[in-house]
Amino acid sequence: MPYQDQTARNPFADPNSFSGRLVSGFVRIANAWGRVVIEGVTSLGDISVFTWRMIIWMVTARPRPETMMPTFYAVGVLSLPVVALTGTFIGMVLAIQSYHQFELMGLESKLGAVITMSLVRELGPVLAATMLAGRVGSAMAAVIGTMRVTEQIDALTAMGANPIHYLVVPRFLACVLLIPALTIMADFMGIVGGYFFSVVIFGVDHAAYLRNSREFVGGFDFFSGVFKSFFFGATIAVISCFRGFHCQAGAEGVGRAATAAFVQSFVMILALDIVLNMFLDGVYYSLWPGGSKLL
Amino acid sequence: MDDPLLNQLASDQAAIQRPLVQTEALTIRFGRQTILNNISLSIARGETVAIIGESGCGKTLFLKSLAGLIPATSGRILFDGMDIYSMSETELTCLRKRFGFVFQNAALFDSLNIQQNIAFPMMQHGVPHGRSPQHLIEQRLSEVGLPRNVLPKRPSQLSGGMRKRVGLARALILEPELLLYDEPTTGLDPIMSDVINELILRTQSKYSVTSILVTHDMHSARKVADRVIMLYPFSRLKADEPQVLYDGPPETMEECPDRRVRQFVRGEAGERLMEMVAQQASHSDETPFLHDTIARREAQ
Repeated sequence: MPYQDQTARNPFADPNSFSGRLVSGFVRIANAWGRVVIEGVTSLGDISVFTWRMIIWMVTARPRPETMMPTFYAVGVLSLPVVALTGTFIGMVLAIQSYHQFELMGLESKLGAVITMSLVRELGPVLAATMLAGRVGSAMAAVIGTMRVTEQIDALTAMGANPIHYLVVPRFLACVLLIPALTIMADFMGIVGGYFFSVVIFGVDHAAYLRNSREFVGGFDFFSGVFKSFFFGATIAVISCFRGFHCQAGAEGVGRAATAAFVQSFVMILALDIVLNMFLDGVYYSLWPGGSKLL
Repeated sequence: MDDPLLNQLASDQAAIQRPLVQTEALTIRFGRQTILNNISLSIARGETVAIIGESGCGKTLFLKSLAGLIPATSGRILFDGMDIYSMSETELTCLRKRFGFVFQNAALFDSLNIQQNIAFPMMQHGVPHGRSPQHLIEQRLSEVGLPRNVLPKRPSQLSGGMRKRVGLARALILEPELLLYDEPTTGLDPIMSDVINELILRTQSKYSVTSILVTHDMHSARKVADRVIMLYPFSRLKADEPQVLYDGPPETMEECPDRRVRQFVRGEAGERLMEMVAQQASHSDETPFLHDTIARREAQ
C-alpha cells in the first residue's frame, strides 16, 4: 500500500491529520495571496501599457473638436454647480466646527486663516476630485463599458478609428485641463461659505477675518492645491477609462466597472494626496525654512 | 516580358485571380481554451460565404479576426495577399477602408445621430473623390430602404430592423471590397429577416462585393450564400479532426456524409441531448427533464 507507506513516513501527507490540515490551510492562503499578487501586477502592467498608448496618441494626433467639445462640456460645465455647492457647504461646516473651539481660546478672528488654508491646500482639490470621480469618472467607465459590451468599440476599430484616440484622449484632456478650474471654484465657494457663517452668523470681525486670511495663506498654498488637482484629474481619467475598456459582459459588468472606477479613483486620490503633500511640504520648507505661523 | 504595360497587365491579372481573403493555419486561444484551431480557408473575390455552426464554435471570433479586431495566437490572415498581422497600426487603419462590418446589434454609436453614424467612416478616411457626403449618405439610406427623416434621430429611437439597415448603410458608405456580416438576421421577425437577405443580395449584385456572413439562420444561408462553411466547437472534436466540417455549396449540405452537418441543417439536437444527459448525470442524480425528452423522442 504505497499511500499508507507515504503517510507513515510523512504525517503532513495525510489530509485528515491536524498537520495535514494545517499544511493544506497554508497552501490555500498562499495560493489566494499569490493569485491576488499576480492579478495586481497584471493590472498594473495593463494600466501602464494603456496609459503609455494614450500618451502616444495624445502627442501624435490631435483629437477632433467634435469629440472634444461635448466631453469638455460634460466634465467642466456640468460639474461646476455640484462642485460649487459642495464647496459652499464644506466652508460652512468648517466654520461651524471650528468657531466654538477658537472662541474658547479667544482666537475667533483667526478663523479666516484656518478655513481658507484648509480649503485651498486640502479640501478644495480633494473635494473637486472626489466630485469629479463620482460624477464624471463612473459615468465615463459606464459609457465606455457599455460601448465595449455593445461592440461599439469594435465598430470604431473596424471603421479605422483608434478607440484610445477617439474615446480616452478627449476625456483625459478634459479631466486634466478642467479640474484646476473646478478646484478654484470649490476653493472660492468654500471661502464664501466660511466667510458667510463666520462673519454674518457668528459675528466675527469682518476686517480681522480677511486680514488673517490674507496674511496666513500665500500664493504657494493656492498653487499647491491647483498643482495637486492636475494629478487627481489625470488619475481619475486613466482609471475610469481603463475600467470601462476592460468591462466584463452584461449589465452587471458595466455596473462593476462604474463602481470600481469610483472606488479606485478615490483611493488613488487619497494616496496621491499624501505623496504630493510630502513633496510640496518639502519644496515649501526648502524655499521658506521658517514657514508661516498662525500665532 | 520587358514591356512595362504587359508587366502591369500580368500583375493586375494575378491580383484579380488571387483570393481576396485567405487564412493560413489560423489558431486562436484564450489562455488554455482553444476556440479556433488550424483554420485554412480561401475566399475568392465576389464570393458570398456563409459561416454556420452552433453557438460557441468561434464563428464571430473568426469574422472579427478577419477584420483584425482579435489577434491570432498563430497562423496568418491575408487580405489581397497582405498579411494583416504584420501590418503597422497605420497600415491596418488604411486597409480597413476596404472593409465593411455589419455588427450583430448594429453597434451604432449612441452619442451620434443616424446621419453622423452613417458618415463616420467618411470622417475617418475622407469623402470619396468628387462625391458629396450628404448625397452619399442619402443614397445609402435609400438603398437600405429607410426614409430621410431618420437622419436626425438617435439609434435608440429606431427599431432593431431599422438599426441593422443603418448599420448596413454605414458599412456600405465607402463602397468596401469586403463586407462582413455578424448574424444579420438574428433577433428579427421573418419579414424583416427576408428584407435583410434581399438587401445582402442587392448589395452583392450592385457592388460586386465579397461577403462573409456568420449566421444560424439556414434559410438566410441558403438564400444568399454561394458557399457554406460549417465550423464545429473545438472542444467537442475528436483528436486530429478538422474544425471545418463542411465547405461547399448550400444545396448539397443535406447530403453531407457527416451526420453533425445534416443535424445542424435540419435543426435536430441529435447526440447533443445524450451529451447533456451525461453532463447532468455527472453533476446530479436527477435528470427528469432530459430523460423525459429522450423518452418522448424514442417513442416518436
